[in-house]
Amino acid sequence: MKGSQVAIQNVEKRFGDFQALKNVSLDIKKGEFYSLLGPSGCGKTTLLRIIAGFEDPTAGAVLLDGRDVVPIAANKRPVNTVFQTYALFPHLTVFENVAFPLRLRKLPGAEVSAKVEQFLELVKLPKEGKKLPAQLSGGQKQRVAIARALINEPSVLLLDEPLSALDAKLRQHMLIELDLIHDHIGITFIYVTHDQQEALSVSDRVAVMNEGEVVQVGTPFEIYESPAHPFVAHFIGETNYLSGTVTEVFRDKHVRVDFPDIGTLIVYEDKPLKAGDKVKVTVRPEKIRISLDKPASLAENMNLLQGRVDELIYSGFQSKFFVRVNEKAQFRVFRQHVKFYMDEKAISWKDEVYIWWNDNDGYVVEVGE
Amino acid sequence: MRKNYGPLYAAPMAAWMILFFVIPTAIIFSYSFMTKDMHGGVIYEFTLSAYRALNNPTFFKVAFNTIWVAFAATILMVALAMPASYYMARSKHKNFFLLLIIIPFLTNSMIKIFAWMGVFWIDSGLLNSFLLWAGVIDHPIRFLYNTNAVIVVTAYTYLPFAILPLYTTIDKFDFSLLEAARDLGASKLTATLRILLPNIRGGITTAVLFTFTSAFGNLAIPSLIGGNDSYMLSNFIRHEFNIARNWPLVSSMSVILTIMTTIAVLIFMRLNRSPVEVARENREAVNKPAGSTARAAGTGGAV
Ligand SMILES: Nc1ncnc2c1ncn2[C@@H]1O[C@H](COP(=O)(O)OP(=O)(O)OP(=O)(O)O)[C@@H](O)[C@H]1O
Ligand SMILES: [Mg+2]
Repeated sequence: MKGSQVAIQNVEKRFGDFQALKNVSLDIKKGEFYSLLGPSGCGKTTLLRIIAGFEDPTAGAVLLDGRDVVPIAANKRPVNTVFQTYALFPHLTVFENVAFPLRLRKLPGAEVSAKVEQFLELVKLPKEGKKLPAQLSGGQKQRVAIARALINEPSVLLLDEPLSALDAKLRQHMLIELDLIHDHIGITFIYVTHDQQEALSVSDRVAVMNEGEVVQVGTPFEIYESPAHPFVAHFIGETNYLSGTVTEVFRDKHVRVDFPDIGTLIVYEDKPLKAGDKVKVTVRPEKIRISLDKPASLAENMNLLQGRVDELIYSGFQSKFFVRVNEKAQFRVFRQHVKFYMDEKAISWKDEVYIWWNDNDGYVVEVGE
Repeated sequence: MRKNYGPLYAAPMAAWMILFFVIPTAIIFSYSFMTKDMHGGVIYEFTLSAYRALNNPTFFKVAFNTIWVAFAATILMVALAMPASYYMARSKHKNFFLLLIIIPFLTNSMIKIFAWMGVFWIDSGLLNSFLLWAGVIDHPIRFLYNTNAVIVVTAYTYLPFAILPLYTTIDKFDFSLLEAARDLGASKLTATLRILLPNIRGGITTAVLFTFTSAFGNLAIPSLIGGNDSYMLSNFIRHEFNIARNWPLVSSMSVILTIMTTIAVLIFMRLNRSPVEVARENREAVNKPAGSTARAAGTGGAV
């Protein structure tokens, strides 16, 4: 199988007065595992349905390997979909569900059997062919839906929140399997999800969407580590926001920012800034270190603050601290339990603590007036 | 353990059915083997003469005509109801359309039959007047008093019996299945035939059973709309009962009629089992020796 390159060009979609997609452009490479990530109602499904051919865009083009497919009917596109609710045909056995596209093409019986068996093997369901969908577990249904969508050897596979109906453990497992299948057959996957963990763990690239717009496209690392937009920083993982004013720009891509509630801190300059710019800065909670004692020696590129623990949430592998600094600002700090928890010097409620982080871990996500 | 009162809940219904269906049917069954009395009623003497009397061309003709009318009306009703129910189920104004279907249904059926007579009347009937005015015909056509008129009016009368069950099942149908079929390469027609139809089978079965049995037992429409050659079994039975006063003959016809409809319904239901039911039966057949008793006890308690 060969993947297709997919280009979404200035696609808009209106439902009456409501604009579901606003000027969306994406370039998806051959064989990429590409995720569309965004909150509920941001237009992910709409975009997927436009690629599949169930909706026409109000404006714009969808190119598969350079050919505009908008005028082509859904049943003629080399694109197949794994639906959120599986959409298995309840009156057909697993075998016949997977065989359905081949039956439409009137392939000879022996060829159908061989191919269906091959694909049931691929999704690890070689023995369930005779069952009806109603007799399968959620995870098994999902696998059948994947096999059925792949058997026509599409050049693009669309997956609309395919794992959302599964429990957390199974979701993790199926995600790994999807990734293996992708590596194995090498076609382009476009994967819709509102779960950032899913998107970050398997995708080659992620497009983060909000209210019908694409706000950032990047590798999972880029999306997480250097969010280019406050929405992205907020949506992906938990984070701390600080608002302040740039007071000094250094030559080494760092700036000094004055935060009224906290004081001055050094921040990485990931977009061009000048003194006087009002900025919003984000620091990920897991990048901040916390301790009861003032660190004996601290590298020069560290920001250090002192505060008091407001709140403390123990959650097994980590603890979350909410640290109040100068009465006005609150920082979230996550600490992994690398040692046995009881061995660590326990920080508890109302303790005076020190927090510090590397100045490369503070990002500017928004520049105002 | 909690007791299962299920059978108790059905007791009023069972009493009703025994009183008004089982006992009368048993009486009819026994009368059919008795000897005809001169002025109605029976003499308690066993004979097969009533069944022998059925072996005559008039009875066969009437029986055949009855089956034909019921069959044709059923086909007509399901053919009309299918697209209509589909449209209703997909519409934003479902309740409005349901109301449109139900209101005429609540109107007295005699009034509706007379209204149809007004439409089909040969002298200045609505249809003839229109066709003459439009220049399609130059002599009025005799629409009334034949079997086709009976079929049309029967189909009109019982159409809601086809629409309501079809609407209910189509409304429950998951339309994303049609999109899935399209996605996998099926044309719109193929998706409808191979995915929609098999999945609304239950509704089609109910629609066919309701309309067929209603049309089959119909009395008023063939007597008012039909002619001499559109006699149906109900007309025949009434005639033999009221005029000829041959109670055993009437009973034997009723017995044959009941047996015929029961067999037809059973065959139809057998052919129309859903794949889930078939699979369950197969599995139970396989599990019979070990699993069946435990299963029966388990489900009995839960229901
Ligand atoms: N057929 C339609 N008619 C009118 N509005 C629609 C239609 N389809 C979608 N919308 C609207 O478009 C917006 C985007 O919908 P879409 O289904 O693409 O969201 P989504 O990102 O997939 O959300 P979710 O994560 O909840 O599935 C929503 O506000 C929705 O109400
Ligand atoms: Mg969606």
